[in-house]
Amino acid sequence: MVAEPPIRIEDSPLNTVKTEDVQLDITFDQLKKLVSPRALTGETMLLNMGPQHPSTHGVLRLLLELDGETVLNCIPDIGYLHTGIEKTAEGKTYLKAIPLTDRTDYLAPMSNNLAYCGAVEKLVGIDVPIRAQYLRVILMELTRMNSHLVWLGTHALDIGAMSVFLYCMREREMILDIYEAVSGARMMSSYIRPGGLWRDVPNQFGALVQRILDVFPGRVLEYEKLLKENPMWKDRTVGVGKISAEDAIAWGMTGPCLRGSGVNYDVRKAQPYSSYEHFDFTVPLGSNGDVYDRYRCRLEEFPQSLKIIKQAMDKLPGGPVITDDRKVAPPPKHEIAYSMESLIHHFKLWTEGFRAPEGEVYFAVESGKGEYGVLLSGDGSPKPRRVHFRAPSFHNLQPLGPMSQGALLADIVAIIGSVDIVLGDVDR
Amino acid sequence: MTEQNELSQVLVAALGDAVIEVTGFRGEVTLIVPRERVLEVLSHLRDVQQFDMLADETCVDYYPREPRFGILYQLYSIKRNLRVRVKVMLSEYDASVPSAVSIYRNANWLEREVYDLFGINFEGHPDQRRILLPPDWEGHPLRKEVPVTVEENAFSFNRERIDAEKPYATE
Repeated sequence: MVAEPPIRIEDSPLNTVKTEDVQLDITFDQLKKLVSPRALTGETMLLNMGPQHPSTHGVLRLLLELDGETVLNCIPDIGYLHTGIEKTAEGKTYLKAIPLTDRTDYLAPMSNNLAYCGAVEKLVGIDVPIRAQYLRVILMELTRMNSHLVWLGTHALDIGAMSVFLYCMREREMILDIYEAVSGARMMSSYIRPGGLWRDVPNQFGALVQRILDVFPGRVLEYEKLLKENPMWKDRTVGVGKISAEDAIAWGMTGPCLRGSGVNYDVRKAQPYSSYEHFDFTVPLGSNGDVYDRYRCRLEEFPQSLKIIKQAMDKLPGGPVITDDRKVAPPPKHEIAYSMESLIHHFKLWTEGFRAPEGEVYFAVESGKGEYGVLLSGDGSPKPRRVHFRAPSFHNLQPLGPMSQGALLADIVAIIGSVDIVLGDVDR
Repeated sequence: MTEQNELSQVLVAALGDAVIEVTGFRGEVTLIVPRERVLEVLSHLRDVQQFDMLADETCVDYYPREPRFGILYQLYSIKRNLRVRVKVMLSEYDASVPSAVSIYRNANWLEREVYDLFGINFEGHPDQRRILLPPDWEGHPLRKEVPVTVEENAFSFNRERIDAEKPYATE
């Protein structure tokens, strides 16, 4: 490495930058349409919040118009974490794009894997063995709990309840241990593959899941004790960030944000995938559509997830965990040693990949944050023509402006926390 | 499959000549409609057929076919638990379509994203500007003419040094 000579302050290249050279990211005419006329006379204040702000959950930037402490307009500005995942996926075979999906909603990698693999399975027409479907359900529910734990911890931390965060991270560790046991990675698992799973779960999987089933109900009671009837928590959340059921539907909100407003829509119930119809569970609904009801909906989902995991573990069938269609799933390693055909399949899969027919499919799963959909367009080649991720965070964040109109500045933090965004999911 | 046929028959009967073609693939119904009548079709689907949620709106680049761009509206009805897709084909030389913001509010950001990444113009969009990319970005990267492999460095404070030390970075 070449040593840089030190720069004297008076010689800094920054000195030559003039104020008029700084390019604004919005023109004056565009700004005029977004804020009230009072902002232009200076009667109200325009305030920038983020993108480097701890309670924007990543790199969300907000432009706020304030009258005193009251928010008149809130204009979200996204794209700071845009990584072009959709374009990158167009240059990869169907199999090689799976690690990209981990990185959209990075707190719920398995849900994204399943949405993508489900879309590929639908496009190509692949059947998934029943054992793989049940294991997927278990992992889906663990992922939902993982996503909700990070949400609960950070949301409470934003509002000022610090200890909840430490509790949540402690429990999340148990779920990450399971990720590590099954896939070898704690976060970017890429475990779910078109046609099933990468490999069968290891021997200690049952014990690890059982530990969660034993410990977790008590831990959920701890969270409830900390927050449910806490007067300060209720002061900050009840009646804040309200959105009506009609508005929530019109804005395309899904998941606990939509159910907090009392709309009974859950993809697991409405259009079951991966054998969700075999399991008995209920979908918690709120009624007021405020921050508190969204919090209640997510907390009530913990026992339901545990219930599904318990049923799936009890009924877990044996058998293969990936389809035996060698055109889409790789052959077992030991077969390659003696079967010429398996060697060819292995080689073709990892070099060329499998071909998908011409056509478009949309496949949605209920991730922790809402409907995670994948719109996949195949063109007959081994690479997709177009992959589009219908990210729940993107749709849930969009009504932030209307939701926060008339709220106080401090409530913005509570509202952002309650819609549970992950910026990797918003920007993709 | 029968449910799919039923839905497409009902929609074709209701919409008449506003639908150019109905396709079914993997149990999903796609209505292909002309650009001039897309708002009429969408408001009929929302108000009469109860497709109250715009689940997704995006664009697919069918290069080298012409018309080249397909705008896809993925609709969902909570009451009827049905999905339907509306597709509008646009020519490369006239890539413009009426904005659906007046019918589905959440089309606002979705159309900004399509404008940003594909350069499709949405007539009557209230706030059409880039959403994901920086405002001074040139081009529309999800179009097929943009290669997947090479990405130009958008900004840098030490471009000269990178050029000197890593000539392959710009190749």
